[in-house]
Amino acid sequence: MADLLTNMMNPRRIIFWLAAVALAIVPAIPAIPVYWVTLLDNIGLAALVVIGLVLLTGVGGMTSFGQATFCGFGAYATALLTTQYGISPWLTLFAALAVTLIVALALGFITVRLSGHYLPLGTIAWGIAIYFLFGKLEILGRNDGITGIPPLSIAGTQLSDSRSVFYVIWAFVLAACLATSNLLDSRMGRAIRALRGGTKAAEAFGVDTVRVKLIVFVYAALLASVSGWLYAHVQRAVTPTPFGIGASIEYLFMAVAGGTGHVVAALFGSTLVILLKEALQRVLPALLGHTANWEPVVFGVVLVLILQKAPGGLWVFVERLLPKSPAPKIVADAAPLPVRGLPARGGNLLSLERVRKAFQGLIAVNDVDLSVKSGDIVALIGPNGAGKSTTFNLASGLLPLTAGTVSFDGVRIDGETPRRIAARGMARTFQHVKVLPDMSVLDNVALGAHLRGKAGVFAATFRLDRAEEARIMADAARQIERVGLKDQMMLQAGSLALGQLRILEIARALCLDPKLLLLDEPAAGLRHFEKQQLARLLSQLRDEGMSILLVEHDMGFVMELTDHIVVLDFGTRIAAGSPAEIRVNPAVIEAYLGASA
Amino acid sequence: MDATILLFLIQDGVTNGAIYALLGIALVLVFTVTRVIFVPQGEFVAYGALTLAMLDTGKVPGTIGLLLVFGVCAFLSQLWNGWRDMDLARLSRAAALNLLLPVVIAAATWWLAPMKLPTWASVALTLVIIAPMGPYLYTIAFRPVAEASVLTLMIVAIGVHLAMTGLGLVFFGAEGFRARPLTDLTVPAGPLIFTGQTLSVYAVSLASMLALSFFFHKPLFGKALRATAVNRLGARLVGISTSLSGSIAFGLAAVLGALSGVLIVPFATVFYDSGFLISLKGFIAAIIGSLASYPLTALAAIGVGMVESFASFYASNFKEVIVFTLIIPVLIWLSFAHGHADEED
Repeated sequence: MADLLTNMMNPRRIIFWLAAVALAIVPAIPAIPVYWVTLLDNIGLAALVVIGLVLLTGVGGMTSFGQATFCGFGAYATALLTTQYGISPWLTLFAALAVTLIVALALGFITVRLSGHYLPLGTIAWGIAIYFLFGKLEILGRNDGITGIPPLSIAGTQLSDSRSVFYVIWAFVLAACLATSNLLDSRMGRAIRALRGGTKAAEAFGVDTVRVKLIVFVYAALLASVSGWLYAHVQRAVTPTPFGIGASIEYLFMAVAGGTGHVVAALFGSTLVILLKEALQRVLPALLGHTANWEPVVFGVVLVLILQKAPGGLWVFVERLLPKSPAPKIVADAAPLPVRGLPARGGNLLSLERVRKAFQGLIAVNDVDLSVKSGDIVALIGPNGAGKSTTFNLASGLLPLTAGTVSFDGVRIDGETPRRIAARGMARTFQHVKVLPDMSVLDNVALGAHLRGKAGVFAATFRLDRAEEARIMADAARQIERVGLKDQMMLQAGSLALGQLRILEIARALCLDPKLLLLDEPAAGLRHFEKQQLARLLSQLRDEGMSILLVEHDMGFVMELTDHIVVLDFGTRIAAGSPAEIRVNPAVIEAYLGASA
Repeated sequence: MDATILLFLIQDGVTNGAIYALLGIALVLVFTVTRVIFVPQGEFVAYGALTLAMLDTGKVPGTIGLLLVFGVCAFLSQLWNGWRDMDLARLSRAAALNLLLPVVIAAATWWLAPMKLPTWASVALTLVIIAPMGPYLYTIAFRPVAEASVLTLMIVAIGVHLAMTGLGLVFFGAEGFRARPLTDLTVPAGPLIFTGQTLSVYAVSLASMLALSFFFHKPLFGKALRATAVNRLGARLVGISTSLSGSIAFGLAAVLGALSGVLIVPFATVFYDSGFLISLKGFIAAIIGSLASYPLTALAAIGVGMVESFASFYASNFKEVIVFTLIIPVLIWLSFAHGHADEED
């Protein structure tokens, strides 16, 4: 309850609820013409579709030119069931959702694993195919569609005019807004937002990216379906036209105009575009005195201009005027997340035995042995092209082995996916930092705890995940303090310097509760004092019992810090031992400086 | 079904397929060089078809107005995005290319159109009118966001498609047009009759593909284009202007689109918005070719033409449904054969 109250005191939320109340009063005022109420109804119907699209495009980095098709499934499902079988509209909502769910799952399943542009291209093609199908099927009334659809009714009162149906439409919009913003502010929401940063980082922290993409795609399709179901009962008739590719493009335009990443932006975008459309269809011809159709030209030009000059959408300009959201509260006394416990110091934690990787003819890694003992910092070094990163990727499961075995804490892990290996307690950072620049440091780090939570979409939308979420956030905050980024916790990750970003990645890896940290060139690109800071952090982590394997170029850094060094050259292990031994090893000196040195 | 019908359907399929192949190849070209999924390709088809049809009746085509609009917008876009390093030489070059050139073409068309040119000359004039639109379009819409994601570029392309269709309506009107065939020649071959038009479709498609393949391998421009397609950054490091490559790719796409329009318009009435569906069939072929392979795209285009012609015979009502559903098995195959293709790194 206290949580709810603090949430309500958020100035943005207050503005949101005031706007909602103001909106609710509008249709009740008799002086307001039906025309405006109908317009608001249309905005609500579009907003339902656009909220899904913002989640898909702006947050998830995918896009669809087929959202109107999913509206069509919702509309035709209820049209058919209510007119042919006399089923109540409130029951057909479930039928509409079920049909859409099946279609979206099937279409999503074959496209989400493909790279970015196949999904939109696929949606154009099947959007057109299904549009033609609506217009050709006898049972759907061909191009004439289906008429005589009953209006919605509540407690025996038929909602057959714009004013009465307004409340139903906007109740759905409000529910969709709350559900979606709850979803974004959760464990699944972080996974969805992580999709934009590419799949590698997300997978390395155990996010099943194909599944998450599918979930987002289906979620957006279901929202569109609800809009179609409502539309059928508002219009009382359906024809194929509103479900064609043109309508889908209009929805996408609304999403782009509003902007990415925010639910309210979807409402804003729908409102702007529908008002613009009204202006072009009614006001402009009246002013110019003729009926030339400039709507597509203006839409097209505005869409291109927005993408060129304000790719983040137009909502950001309004958002700047609003009071800032307060930073999320960390519940410091939240019960800590379960910890797996570190293996006994000195045991064999990671062993690579005779691992080999061949890229066609080229043998990048040639029968290399490597082991990391618990509580040690081990470095993998070698000249450029020695096969360090490849070896590293073989250990973390990013690349499949050609031969050899990898065992981690006594279990063979070669052939397992990076996700599975992450679940076993191996966490990594990346040579090219992979964080989400527009997310806070806290949220970025919390992604690391993905595997330590369970809450799914359902729990998130209904806010049943708050206890778990508080524990995840508390742990993320703890890791951030542990690495010394406390002052930057609430900043956007994009505002950090490279050295801080590398440390952020370490905090994120720690959030996985790992037994072993894999660091890929952690000191690359850092300034001297940043390197010293990093070295202090790593030896502090070792003192706390953490085991670390790192790939590094900087000899000074490695010599001072590590317990054990493995040297690779041309894919072959040429030396291994303590820093002091490596320093005097003739093979190493030859590899680095040439024979004459 | 007897053999004659079978042959007819195959002939029809190959003819349409050859046109889809031209479009598919243009799409692959534009995508590999600029990463733009060029949805508005179909508008060039409609523009080309309607321009030829109007020249055919001795009218001044509406494309002239379009060309002037495109030129002025391209000029303004260059000023807006590059006024900081605009000197007199650059300014006059931009003015010559974007303002003078369209005016010259427009004046020439004005003068030539009422003369009722022979068909070959009308075709040539059509190509001259439409070719500069490609580079203008690139300058206006895509060059300012050349480094954006494929997704953003595709949404820009959708915006351009909307605007170009709308402009088509404004400049050509809602009426459809059809042109005289290029020749009245007919060649009987067994039960089939090859009209001069069908033969010119084959000839033009083959010739364009050969010319493109020559262009990519011989002249320096072509090699630069191919280099940009393989690696944008690498191409830039060795001194290839990626925006020049982009302009050339868009110019070629405009020509290929206009050519397809010229070939189609004697077969069927073309409206200002007819191009979209036609070019989407080229897209299906290009997707089968993974948006990368020219020969595979051309072959797939013939396949799409075949499926379409057989579908219109057996289930004419569901012709479009069947053609566009073709993409689903293709996506399934791509999904499980390649899988996990990702844009990053």
